[in-house]
Amino acid sequence: MNFDLTAEQNMIQKTIREFSEEEVAKGALERDRSKTFPKEIFQKLADLGMMGLPFPEEYGGAGADTISFAIVVEELSKACASTGITYSAHISLGGAPIHLFGTKKQKEEYLPLICSGQSLGAFGLTEPNAGSDASGTKTKAIEQGDSFIINGNKCFITNASYAEFVALTAVTNSDGKKSEISAIIVPTNSKGFTVIDNYEKMGLHASNTTELVLENVQVPKENLLGERGQGFKQFLQTLDGGRIGIGAMAVGIAQAAYEKALAYAKGRKQFGKSISSFQAIQFKLADMAMKIELARNMVYKAAWLKDQKRPFTKEASICKLYASEICMEITSQAVQIHGGNGYMQDYHVERYMRDAKLLEIGEGTSEVQRMVIAKQIGC
Amino acid sequence: MNIFVLLKRTFDTEEKISIANGVINEDGAEFIINPYDEYAVEEAIQIRDDHGGEVTVLTVGNEDAEKQLRTALAMGADKAVLINIEDDVEYSDQYTTAKIIAEYLKDKEVDLIIAGNVAIDNASGQVGPRVADLLDIPYITTITNLTIDGKNVSVVRDVEGDEEKIETTLPLLVTAQQGLNDPRYPSLPGIMKAKKKPLATLELDDLDLEEEDVEAKTKTIEIYLPQQKQAGKLLTGEIEEQVKELVSLLHTEAKVI
Repeated sequence: MNFDLTAEQNMIQKTIREFSEEEVAKGALERDRSKTFPKEIFQKLADLGMMGLPFPEEYGGAGADTISFAIVVEELSKACASTGITYSAHISLGGAPIHLFGTKKQKEEYLPLICSGQSLGAFGLTEPNAGSDASGTKTKAIEQGDSFIINGNKCFITNASYAEFVALTAVTNSDGKKSEISAIIVPTNSKGFTVIDNYEKMGLHASNTTELVLENVQVPKENLLGERGQGFKQFLQTLDGGRIGIGAMAVGIAQAAYEKALAYAKGRKQFGKSISSFQAIQFKLADMAMKIELARNMVYKAAWLKDQKRPFTKEASICKLYASEICMEITSQAVQIHGGNGYMQDYHVERYMRDAKLLEIGEGTSEVQRMVIAKQIGC
Repeated sequence: MNIFVLLKRTFDTEEKISIANGVINEDGAEFIINPYDEYAVEEAIQIRDDHGGEVTVLTVGNEDAEKQLRTALAMGADKAVLINIEDDVEYSDQYTTAKIIAEYLKDKEVDLIIAGNVAIDNASGQVGPRVADLLDIPYITTITNLTIDGKNVSVVRDVEGDEEKIETTLPLLVTAQQGLNDPRYPSLPGIMKAKKKPLATLELDDLDLEEEDVEAKTKTIEIYLPQQKQAGKLLTGEIEEQVKELVSLLHTEAKVI
C-alpha cells in the first residue's frame, strides 16, 4: 500500500496546477458570462503536450497513466469546470474509443489529430430517446455498397463544434425485436452532417454542447469502429473511463468551492468574530474537507485499477456517483457560507453550484450509477 | 556549446517560514527550483536550441534535490548532476558550494555557466561570482538579456533599474535577473522523458575533495524571524503639532534621533 504519487504524477500535478492558476482561472468568470469557449487555453494545453495524455507515443501521445489524467482533469476543473469537461471528454470519450477499439489504420489516421489538439474529441451516444438505455437508439446506418448511409439525431454532444470527426452509435441492423448497434467514425465535414450549438444551459457555459443532425451522411464501411454489433458494449467500456473523468471534475470543483468557502469564512466577521469560529460553519467546512478527501481517494483508486488493467467498472461508478453528489452538496454549502454574496456571480461559488449539477447527470445519472453498482454487487 | 546551469532547491516563496530550535522548520514545506535559477534553466535551453550543444544542470545538496533536477530535465535540460554532500559536510556556506562546483567544473569543457542572481532563501548572490573567480573566467551578474555570436557575447545587465550594456567573450558566467525570459512549463512529454535522462550523483570523494577543503568560512550564530510589523501610527492635528509629535516619537519611541 502506498499513497504517494510517482515523481511523474507529482510533476504533472505541479505543472498543471500552476498552469490552471495562471492561465485558466483568470478568465473563468467572464467566459461563463459570455459563453466563450476556451479556445486559447486548449492551444496552450496542446503546446504542453496534454491533449494526448494517455495515448501511445507512436500516435503523438505522452503515454501517461489514468491517475495523471485524473490529476489534470481535477486541476483544470478547479479553475474552470467548462475547461475541465472539455478536456475530460476530449480524452476519455473522444480519444479513448479510437485507442481501445480502432484498427491500426484508424489509430494512425485519427489519434494524431486528437493528440495534437487539431481535433477535439467527441462521442455521439445520447439521443432524444436513448442514452444509458441504448434500446431507444434511432440513428440508423444502412449499408449501400461499400458505404453506410446514416440518418438520425444526437443530443448533448460535447465538443462536436471543434471536432473533425465523431464516433457515434447507430443501428446497423434490426430484426424488429433487437437492434444491432455499432459504432462508426463520421467526419464532421461530411455532406449532410450538421452540428448545432445553441443549447441554453444551466451551467458549464464555456463548454461546447451540441446537437448532431445526420441526413443521408455517407461514410465508407471501413469507418466502422471495432466489431459490428458491439457498439453499445464498447461505449459502456468507454463510459467506465469517462466516469473517472467526471469523478475527477467533481473533486476539482468541490475543492475550489471548499477553498473559497474556507477563505471567506475566515475573513467574514459577524457578531464580532470570524464566522469560521462558529461551530455551525466549522462543521460544514470539516464535512467538506472530509468528503473531498474520500472522493479523491476513490477517483485515484478507480484510476489505479484501470492502470493495473484490472476490472474497474464498479469503482468508476462509485467514484463518479460519490464525487458528483458530494460536489453538489459542497458547492451548495459553499454558497450558503457566503450568504448573500454567494448568490452573486463575482464570488464564483454560484457558478460552481450550477456547474456541479451536470456531474450528477452526464455519463450516466446518479440513478444509473446505482444500477451499475447494484448489478456489480450481484443484485 | 557546453552550458552549465547552477541550480538550488529552495523553499517555495509562498511558504510560511517557522523556526524550531534555532533551525528553519522544513516539515511539510514545499520545495521548488530557486525562481532565479528557473530563468537560468530557460535561458540555457533557449541558447542550446539556437546554437546547439548541451545543457547540464548542476546542484549541490542532498538527494531531495533530485526532484528539482528532474523538473529542469523535464523543461528540456539534457543532463543533471547532483553533488550530494549530506554525509560529508555538516555545515556549509557559499564558499563550500562554490568550491565544490568549481572543482567539478575545472576539467570540464565549459562555454557558458548560468546561475540565478540570488537564491531566495539565503540570498547571498555569491556562489555564481565565486565559481567564476575560482575558474578564472569573467562573470556578469543580474543580466536581463544575452546575445551570443560565435565567441562574442553581448549582455544587458540590470543596475538597480538602469541598464548596463557589456560585451565580452566566452567562456563566461552570468547570473539571471527577473525579466531575462519567461520560464516555460515542463511539457507532458518532457515530464515523461525526464526519468530517462542521465542524472549523475557524485560525492566529495568523486571530486578528490576532503571535508577540510570545503570547510565553511562563516558561522551562523543565530537564526530569527523578522520582527512583526506593527500597525502604523497616523498623526493628526495641525502640521506644527504633528511635526513636534513626530520628532518626539522618533526621539523617545523609535530612538533614532
